[in-house]
Amino acid sequence: MTKDDYKKLVKKHTPKEPKLRNIVVAFFVGGFIGFIAEFLIYMLQESFGMSKVIAGSWTCLIIIVISSILTAFGFFDNWVNKCKCGLIIPTTGFAHSVTGSALDYKKDGLITGLGSNIFKLAGSVILYGVISAFIFVVIRVVING
Amino acid sequence: MNFLYAFLFAGAACSIAQIILDNTKLTPGHITSIYTVIGAVLSFLGVYDDIIVKFGGGATALISNFGHMLYSSAYQGYMAEGLLGIFTNMFTKSSAAIAGAIIFAFLVSLVAKPKD
Repeated sequence: MTKDDYKKLVKKHTPKEPKLRNIVVAFFVGGFIGFIAEFLIYMLQESFGMSKVIAGSWTCLIIIVISSILTAFGFFDNWVNKCKCGLIIPTTGFAHSVTGSALDYKKDGLITGLGSNIFKLAGSVILYGVISAFIFVVIRVVING
Repeated sequence: MNFLYAFLFAGAACSIAQIILDNTKLTPGHITSIYTVIGAVLSFLGVYDDIIVKFGGGATALISNFGHMLYSSAYQGYMAEGLLGIFTNMFTKSSAAIAGAIIFAFLVSLVAKPKD
């Protein structure tokens, strides 16, 4: 059997990802989280008289706490497998990756395991966020003089 | 009506990410990084503030908001304190997200048992 034949055979037998269903699921799950966030901001503004910015920060924190706790109980891993980007793209994904890697490496000890691996997945988001923010601020400053 | 806009915007962003994930070799790590950078770009272009006004929680709940917060706080820092302000103010707005994630991830992982 040549390499190409083998590749065709593998392709034939790998289960097809239901792409359309994935997109629909991601749309509704992601949309639901956006809706919850907007709802929380509205409720905090109405019931505690917070400004929009403070209500937004509280909402961000609440979403992070809830997804950390759900990750710790093990629900979130299954949900991420099913909903994929619906949960990865919102802030839930950030909290999930931090908590997930903290839990996974806890067995290697508090310093060499948890401490050095807690940003294993979320590190790239922080790194490239900071680098791009810095570069764009410099560009903006250069343009404005 | 605001709720509907928030739903549609967050849903659209997530389904675009899902299309990228299914049709390319990029991993979720790539996509979240790309979204963060996109957030910084949109903030640089001055669009992200308008998006937040229009879509509210739908825009602030996404990871791209992280890039927006980093850029806008760094730029405000520059305006207030000059070059040093970029470094001293980079995390002011996103501090809640980062500190919250670290603190609760740590507390929760002390209590919870890792599954194997």
